[in-house]
Amino acid sequence: MLSKVIVDMLIEGFWDTIYMTLAASLLAYVIGLPLGIVLVITDKDGIKPVIWLNRILGIIINILRSVPFLILVITIIPFTRWVMGTSIGTNATIVPLVVAAAPFVARVVESSLKEVDGGVIEAAQSMGTSTFQIIYKVLLPESLPSLIVGAALAVTTILSYSALAGFVGGGGLGDIAIRYGYNRYQSDIMLVTVALLVVIVQILQGVGMKLARVGDRRKR
Amino acid sequence: MSSIIRLDKLKKEYPVGKDFITALSDINLEIEAGEIFGIIGASGAGKSTLVRCLNLLEKPSDGHVYFEDVDLATLGAKELNKARQSISMIFQQFNLLMQRNVLKNVMFPMEIAKVPKEERKKRAMELLELVGLSDKAKVYPAQLSGGQKQRVAIARALANNPKVLLCDEATSALDPTTTREVLQLIKEINQKLGITVVIITHEMMVIESICNRVAIIAESRIAEIGAVKDIFAKPATEAGRRLVYPDGERNIDFGNSRCIRIVFDGRSSFEPVIANMILDCKEPVNIIYANTKNINGTATGEMVIQLAKDDKVFDKVFAYLKARNLSVEEVKGYVE
Repeated sequence: MLSKVIVDMLIEGFWDTIYMTLAASLLAYVIGLPLGIVLVITDKDGIKPVIWLNRILGIIINILRSVPFLILVITIIPFTRWVMGTSIGTNATIVPLVVAAAPFVARVVESSLKEVDGGVIEAAQSMGTSTFQIIYKVLLPESLPSLIVGAALAVTTILSYSALAGFVGGGGLGDIAIRYGYNRYQSDIMLVTVALLVVIVQILQGVGMKLARVGDRRKR
Repeated sequence: MSSIIRLDKLKKEYPVGKDFITALSDINLEIEAGEIFGIIGASGAGKSTLVRCLNLLEKPSDGHVYFEDVDLATLGAKELNKARQSISMIFQQFNLLMQRNVLKNVMFPMEIAKVPKEERKKRAMELLELVGLSDKAKVYPAQLSGGQKQRVAIARALANNPKVLLCDEATSALDPTTTREVLQLIKEINQKLGITVVIITHEMMVIESICNRVAIIAESRIAEIGAVKDIFAKPATEAGRRLVYPDGERNIDFGNSRCIRIVFDGRSSFEPVIANMILDCKEPVNIIYANTKNINGTATGEMVIQLAKDDKVFDKVFAYLKARNLSVEEVKGYVE
């Protein structure tokens, strides 16, 4: 059996992972949600087309999304140090997580918002609705179930990134799995961390789907 | 009556690569306050683009749209949004907010117009009463039938006391019975509330049943415009004839014989015109087609009769019918 020290470490790693994932998700949405909205409304078929802005944003997002996460973590170490004062540990990992996840979130939000029927937006425009009102009274509420499903996807993706960050001293369950399971061949510890990660993903996904279903008024 | 909407040399083009496709060209139109004005045309004729120019959902490439003598293009974004609250619109696909219940859908335009909350709710309930759906206030649109959805859309369109109601193929997704009910409701709204109604449709039946005047759009232009009863009695253009004549007649081979189309309105339908004509002219006729329609509340009959090849016979009968003050015209079989 695992010793108390190991169990305590696993519990701490569990909460570190939850903390990193949720904090990074929150910040990724703070940046990604407005970006996704801007992508949709400045599109050439959007409600306020600004083609050049849309193109530039699209290119930046694509570049950030094409860099493999581990490479990104290493590349932005100076930036992470500048923001957090260090590049190692739980808090420091949140920086590259947000940088990697925000563009992903922007795309997820974009695809949810694009599901809103153009006719409904046109109807709102015909009533004299301003662009800002269309965003918060039509686009966001109408796509809410899809946004929630997207959030479950984004959070689980961020969770798996956070585990990957263990390779460069990121903290959390991924860090434990790599240090004990990979470097020291202690497969029992690795199995427990993987099992914990599976449980977290199952819960997040389950809650997300449930919320989306409850909030969906489109079904008969 | 004065015109509430006026279109002056309206033109709309869409860029396609380096070229332009003309959707509308040289549209001049005056819609009178209080009337039900129909715009009819085949799909692709430009009528949906035209109705979207009336509230500037589509920006015209050239020409002017006047609403109550104000050129809409001169308004800023805020003023245009204000004006749009007076020109509401309903759609073929209803376009209700699916995540809001019926009551909140009807309250939506009032939120935009910053009506106080208590008043919003009260007015929305009154409107649901008007369209006969007060029992569905808490239901979500997905649970309603097509006809009910359109009624909610109508209630929503009336929320800010508009002056004009634009209907874009509003009954095209509905079955014939529901279509009649919704048209009846639109007519009531026009009469009770004095709201000017503009109806876009491809169905002659919609025009016949509630419109006062109609414009026929064909190939991006207005082919013909006038009172519905006049155009029905005597379409002046090819586009008009194609709409007025029933489908079955288009492919009839009239051979060498000549045909006359007679339209009877309410007053002449009591007289046995055809029987008298046969007795007086002593010429046999063949009835090819006959029908009675309800045009804006008046029973109107139409009939196509076939005569012998002799031009003298044709002229005699034609003059006879003309002298009875009937709308008569020669029809030639045409194939599309």
